[in-house]
Formats: sequence, structure tokens, C-alpha cells
Amino acid sequence: MSAHGHSNALIPERAARRLGPVSMRRRGFIAAGLLVACVLPFMLPSYMLFQLTMVMAYALALLGLNLLTGFNGQISLGHGAFFALGAYAAAMLIELAGWPYWATLPAAALLGGVVGYLFGRPALKLDGVYLALATFALGVVTPQLLKYKGLEPWTGGSQGIVLDKPDAPFGLPLNADQWLYFFGLAVVLLMFLVAHNLLRGAIGQSLIAVRDHPIAAEAMGIDKARVKSITFGISALYTSVGGALSAVAVQFVAPDSFTVFLSISLLVGAVVGGLSSLSGALYGAVFIQFVPAFAEQVSKAAPWAVYGAILLVLMLVWPTGVAGGVARLQSWITSRSTS
Amino acid sequence: MNAFVSQLLAGLATGGIYASLALALVVIYRSTHHVNFAQGEMAMFATFITALLIEAGWPYWAAFFATLVIAFAMGAVIEALLIRRLRTAPVLSIVVVFVALLVILHSLAGWLFGYAIRPFPSPFAETSWYGGSLLSPHQVGAIAVTFLMLALVYVFFRFSPLGLCMRATAENPVSSRLVGVRVNRMLALGWGLAGAIGAVAGMMIAPVVFLDVHMMSGVLLYAFAAAVLGGIGSAPGAVAGGFIVGVLENMLGTYVVGPELKLSVALVLIIGVLVVRPDGLFGKAVVVRV
Repeated sequence: MSAHGHSNALIPERAARRLGPVSMRRRGFIAAGLLVACVLPFMLPSYMLFQLTMVMAYALALLGLNLLTGFNGQISLGHGAFFALGAYAAAMLIELAGWPYWATLPAAALLGGVVGYLFGRPALKLDGVYLALATFALGVVTPQLLKYKGLEPWTGGSQGIVLDKPDAPFGLPLNADQWLYFFGLAVVLLMFLVAHNLLRGAIGQSLIAVRDHPIAAEAMGIDKARVKSITFGISALYTSVGGALSAVAVQFVAPDSFTVFLSISLLVGAVVGGLSSLSGALYGAVFIQFVPAFAEQVSKAAPWAVYGAILLVLMLVWPTGVAGGVARLQSWITSRSTS
Repeated sequence: MNAFVSQLLAGLATGGIYASLALALVVIYRSTHHVNFAQGEMAMFATFITALLIEAGWPYWAAFFATLVIAFAMGAVIEALLIRRLRTAPVLSIVVVFVALLVILHSLAGWLFGYAIRPFPSPFAETSWYGGSLLSPHQVGAIAVTFLMLALVYVFFRFSPLGLCMRATAENPVSSRLVGVRVNRMLALGWGLAGAIGAVAGMMIAPVVFLDVHMMSGVLLYAFAAAVLGGIGSAPGAVAGGFIVGVLENMLGTYVVGPELKLSVALVLIIGVLVVRPDGLFGKAVVVRV
């Protein structure tokens, strides 16, 4: 890992760092983080555990968006639609088909992957603002479709679907919130590990190649169209699993939870956390879950002005997001300690 | 038949509203290559200022032109203080800054002016020779204003040296600076112009939908769709797109799918058009040197 890293060529260097084998120091960080994550459920009250489970759901969604936007360079203003897809798939399978909650996650993954791929295929033609509009439309249409009368027997219309809270299995001495937290943690760990390995392999390299230089990538024999639409599928898969996890945690789905505002917050979270980095998804998820409530505490009269101001300051200080800021801080510290 | 014509004209009237905000989006795009998601809220804010001036006893047209100046200054100041600092930031960071601006302006307006819905005067008389049973004088007037703005924007960008400098700045800031274009000034000017055009849009919309903090949230979506449908860099495209979206929305709502799904179906149709014509109806394919 290079010690003097605050150059302007931030992206290639960061990409190299992220994609290289995990260093010893990094492993230490991750192990310590995991230890804390396993101890937390026994120290925090239930409502905070619920909030942390939601952070995990958002982190999965942001990881999906990050793969698409950060690593592959395709913008999406409509990922709330895939989040809703996963959430509704889970809720409908539990409520109508009687599936156990844990089995709905793979189903949501499959569905999200297929729908994402099918959407990504025609969206290939679109770029920049045109893709932004197409995905934005997806985000706008979703709540309207979910409310649509013709689908009411399945979606529950504006009322949505209410679910039961799952209890811990095998007689584990955990309450429902603690169990859901650990369930979410296991899912997140698995999915992050898969994403990490995916990005290190050939697929990850071609994702980034297509983002950075599409023509050169094609000249090297990468099928741009295939890579882009598969990325759309994988991205939707992750976001859909996040949605399913959130449905199980909230125990309720309704169209008003999945307005276009959700899509915008997901994009904001992805950028604030830091695009093209896996840890950015975690930072962004924390932002989505906690900053709006914090803004509400600061000012009851104009909470969104506070939210916007926090966003502005973050973007001015760390234009590449929290992950970019942390990476710069780390390399600054290492360069000081080695010299 | 008569009902059909009246639906068509009503669609054109709302289309004119979308077109005027779409024009503001195009002006910022032509001078900076960004799509400003806060444009609608900037227009809403400016319209509140007009309302305050009118309440303070100013005559309509004095308030109108004072608002144009204020909106111009607001746009230029936002560019100079905020957007300029992000010139080297990734595009998506700038998108997020637009989202931040949107929520700040929205929240501030609610806090300063209240959430009550207020009436807003129209500059066009209740009855006059150009209004009829099918279109009110205000609707005719608003469409005329849209076309007037289109003509001004078109002539400005196409024929004036300043417009040329602004287009050059958007295309290639570095080369523009080398040939003596004052790039910073051009960018601030572009934002100012867009702010003023947006303010006109706001003042034309407010008599129809009433003045309210949420006035522009829906309109911005349609304006964005209109601008993109027309080809984001094209001013005539934005206006044509605005009218198409307005008519399409109205017709679908009345005759095809009903009011619940009209927005969804309209958007899906627009995306369908874009997949066939990825640079919009009036846009030119951008050729990039590699």
C-alpha cells in the first residue's frame, strides 16, 4: 500500500488499494469491527438494534447502487424501485405463500437480479442525463404501481402488508430484535464478501474498465453491453436483498415507504458514503438512517434545511465522500508515522 | 369532438408551463453541462418574493421585473459561492449538492413564508379578446410568454457573442479560457439567466396551481422529462418536449388509463422514445474525441 497517497490521481490509486488482497492492518480493523458488532446487541436497547438492522438493509442497497454507479459509472435515480421490489417480494411470499422469512431473501435476490438485468438491457442505449431520467421514472412509477387498484389483492394497495416478527430459532437465548440483528449481520457479511471477491476478479476489472475507458475496454475484447447489463442485474440483486431485509425488520410494507424520495436518499447515501468503495456503503447507510432524525432534533422548524446544510458541508469538505476522506486521512497518518 | 379539442388545448396550456421550466434547465445545461434539480425550488422561492412585493403594494410589472433581477442575482450567487468550489468534484457530488439545495430552499421557504396556500395574481385580464371559452386569457398569455422566452433564448445563444462565449464555456472551459473567454463570469451568467427564466415560469404557474411551497415539486419532474425528451441541450426541443408531455399527460389521463397511472404511462412512453432516439427528439448526437 502506497504511503504517500494524497495525489490528484485518487481513483486509480484507491481502486488499486481496494482491489488488492486485504492487508494485515485492514484485517485487524475488520476483525475489531466484527467483535464490536457482535457485542453491541447485548448492550443496546431494542429500538437501537432495530435501527442498526435498518442500517444493514440500507448498506446492502447502497452496495448495489455503488457497484452500478461507482464501479460501473451508470447513474441511477431509481434504486428505490428495486428496494421496493425486494421488500414486496418478501412480504408477499411470507403473507400469501406462507414462506419462512429467511427463504424470501434468495427469492428477492433472484427476482431483483432478473428484473434489473431486463431493465438494464434497454437502458444500455442511454447515458448520463438520459439514463438519469429513465431510472428516475422507475422510481416515480413504483409507488403508483404499488397503489394501483388492479394489483390490490396481492400488494394490499395503499394499506400495504403487515408481517409478524420472527423469533430466534433453535431455542437461542436471544430476543426477536437481537436475532434479526444477527441474521442481518450474517447476510451483510456474506454479501460484502461476495462483492469484494467479485470486484477482485475478472468481472470487477471489466466493470471498472468499462467505466474508465469504454472504447479501450472494447478494444481489449470486453463485451461492453453484456458487462453493463449484468452489472445492472447484480446491482438490483443487492438492493433487492436490502429491501427484503428491511421488510422483515420493519414488518410492514406500504407504497408510501418507497416514494421517489427513497431513491434520491439512496443516491445521496451512496455519494456521501463514497462511491467506488465497499466501506462507503456502510458510511452512507449510517447517514441515511441517522442524519434525518438528527436534523429534526436540531431544528423542528426547518429540519430539511439542516439536512441540506450537512450535505453541502460534507460535499465541500469531502467531495469524494466519507470513504474518500477516511482514505486520505489514513494515508496522511501513515505518511507521517513512517517519515 | 369539442371535448377532445378542449382536452388538447388544456394539455397545451399545462405543457407551456412545463416548457418554461424546461427552458431554464436547458440554459443551465448549455452553460455548465449540469441538470439543476433545484431549479423548481429556486423558481418557487422567487415567486414568493414577487408575492411579498405585491402584498407590499408594488404594481404587478414592477414586482415582476424586480423578481427577475433578484432571481438572476440568486442564481449567480449560488454559482459563485457554491458550485464554483466543486468544479473538480465528481459529477455525482454535484448532483448531491443540487439535492441539498433543493431541500434547503424548500425548507427555508416553508419556514419563512409558511405552508399556507395563497392565490397569486395573473398579469392577463380576466376577460379579453385573446381568451375564449376553451382557453382562459391567462393560459393564452402564459403560452405566449413561453414562446417569447424561447425566441429570446434561441436568439441569445445562436446570434449574440455572449451566447457564443457561454456555449464555448460549456463545451470546453480550458480552451475557452485560452482564447480569452471569462469562464467564471460566463458560468455565473448562465446560472443567473436560468434563475430569471425559472422565475418567469414560477410567476406563470402560480396563478394556475396557487402559490405554495410544494408548487414546483411535480412540475420539475415534467420539466425534466420535457427537456430530456427534446434533447437536453436544445431550447426548441425543450419547448416542444414540454408541449408533448403536457398533451400526452392530459390525453392519457382522460382517454386511456385514468388519472392514477397517467404519469407512469407517460414516463414509460418517453423512455420508449429515448431508447429509439437516445439523444432526444431535437438533440444532436455528441461526438467525443478520444
